[in-house]
Amino acid sequence: MDELKKDFPILNSSNVAYLDSGATTQKPQAVIDAVDKYYKTQNANPHRGAYSLSIEATRVYEEGREKIAQFISSETSSQIIFTKNASEALNLIAYSYGLENLKKDDEVVLSIMEHHSNLVPWQFVTKKTNSKLKYMYINENFELSDEEIYSKITDNTKIVGITHVSNVTGTINDVEKIIKYAHKKGAIVVLDASQSIPHMKIDVQKLDADFVVFSGHKMLSPLGIGVLYGKKNILENMNPFLMGGDMIEYVYEQETTFAPLPSKFEAGTQNVGGVVGLCAAIDYIEMVGYENIQKHEKEVVNYAINKLKELDYIKLYITPNESNHSAVVSFNIIGVHPHDVASILDANGVCVRSGNHCAQPLMRYLGIDSTCRASFYLYNTKEDVDKLVDSIQKAYKMFEKYLSK
Amino acid sequence: MDNLEELYNDIIMEHSMNSYNKKELKSCDFCEMGHNPNCGDEIKLEVKLNGDIIEDMAFTGHGCAISQSSTSVMIDVLKGKTIKEAKDIIETFINMIKREIKDEKELEKLEDAIAFKNISNMPARVKCALLAWHTMEELLNKKGE
Ligand SMILES: Cc1ncc(COP(=O)(O)O)c(C=O)c1O
Repeated sequence: MDELKKDFPILNSSNVAYLDSGATTQKPQAVIDAVDKYYKTQNANPHRGAYSLSIEATRVYEEGREKIAQFISSETSSQIIFTKNASEALNLIAYSYGLENLKKDDEVVLSIMEHHSNLVPWQFVTKKTNSKLKYMYINENFELSDEEIYSKITDNTKIVGITHVSNVTGTINDVEKIIKYAHKKGAIVVLDASQSIPHMKIDVQKLDADFVVFSGHKMLSPLGIGVLYGKKNILENMNPFLMGGDMIEYVYEQETTFAPLPSKFEAGTQNVGGVVGLCAAIDYIEMVGYENIQKHEKEVVNYAINKLKELDYIKLYITPNESNHSAVVSFNIIGVHPHDVASILDANGVCVRSGNHCAQPLMRYLGIDSTCRASFYLYNTKEDVDKLVDSIQKAYKMFEKYLSK
Repeated sequence: MDNLEELYNDIIMEHSMNSYNKKELKSCDFCEMGHNPNCGDEIKLEVKLNGDIIEDMAFTGHGCAISQSSTSVMIDVLKGKTIKEAKDIIETFINMIKREIKDEKELEKLEDAIAFKNISNMPARVKCALLAWHTMEELLNKKGE
């Protein structure tokens, strides 16, 4: 597995320890080549030309849809909607499903761990519809307890929004349990798989989620391509989100009929190059295999956690239940601001993110402003961890004498 | 790394960790909040005037070493100055960070605040260093209204 790094040009040429894959991953040569080949040999506007190049672009695009359907075990490919990222997919659901279906006194239930993208749209929609927005809070292990789930999801709950893996704590939520319970209560579930699909197999039918969203760029694909999966009957009953070319059947001066799925939700010229890149990313992930990815990540992440635990000035924000923890490690040097730590780490060739990680309500709930976050992926090695730990020690040394006063 | 250790120098470290300027004034004439929502840094500046002179200043809030020390150093520099002098110093500081100062001699009036000069090499941290100065600029502009 340590050989994989060679497949990523940016990691070869720069020699940094890249520990910000939770924000976006680096791209393997195979993905870069696939996109390059598409633009060199297949590019035209899909769906719009009668000439062979346009037909080729359309074929590539629709084959991509098939591939993604298979990858996440969707019933049909028409339930795969391309978006520009997870955020757009979540907005689509909030506007086209939430706004239409929520009524006064209905409830939307989210976890306090949600990324702003799965939170701010629901604030907007619940305000507009006079419905209520409620949160499931985490316990001292940074996990949602059964009690919390069962007490917050009620007969009034119509929508549950839950991230599969937290982008701050790395907690893996028991989404199967949440989905089962929500369904029992008559609610639909929006599953944010942005931080899980890079690391684990997603089977939408097995999960039985009503909507699943993710961004390609967090799973080795180029920026600008995301996926929305929805149950067919739900998608069919929804209004379009964005309107314009390609998503219509007949347009009259005052009326329009809309195209069937999936085109109904794909207005305008689509990102075929992005789909090509996403397909190549899936090939790469499948070539390595989720099992190997997980095994390798566990080894590297556990190594990191153990090393960090040895430093008594480090506070970790992770669950002690190893099996509920993915590849994100948030930490702070006690008494030192995360931005200062991140700058010092950067000067030592270590890329970590510092800040609120688009999860301000979670930060407020935890009583902190921000954390440093090291997030790992298949190309990271124990050497990256050593670099991280070394530079954390350097950062601490710089502050130590001032801290003790 | 060289740059960085120059940046996290004694002046900045002392002011960020143990600032005597971090307190509330018994009485103040003006106060202004400043914040960087992206990083969660928040400061509150309090100013007491005596006629045209900044007689006393203090701050409260929280943030990174750069934003906290920059606030504290600014207070040291501006205390005792007239409003006009203060405005000129603020402008010079902002221009120094933006690398728009041609004559190095101009920087002398910044006193200890010159310690932040190298921040301009770290674009990610520029807004931390500028927070207090922009907030003070705002306060003084409002005062004139
Ligand atoms: C859990 C989670 N949801 C949603 C998003 C939003 O992804 P994007 O910015 O690609 O729309 C992110 C990434 O930042 C995330 O970590």
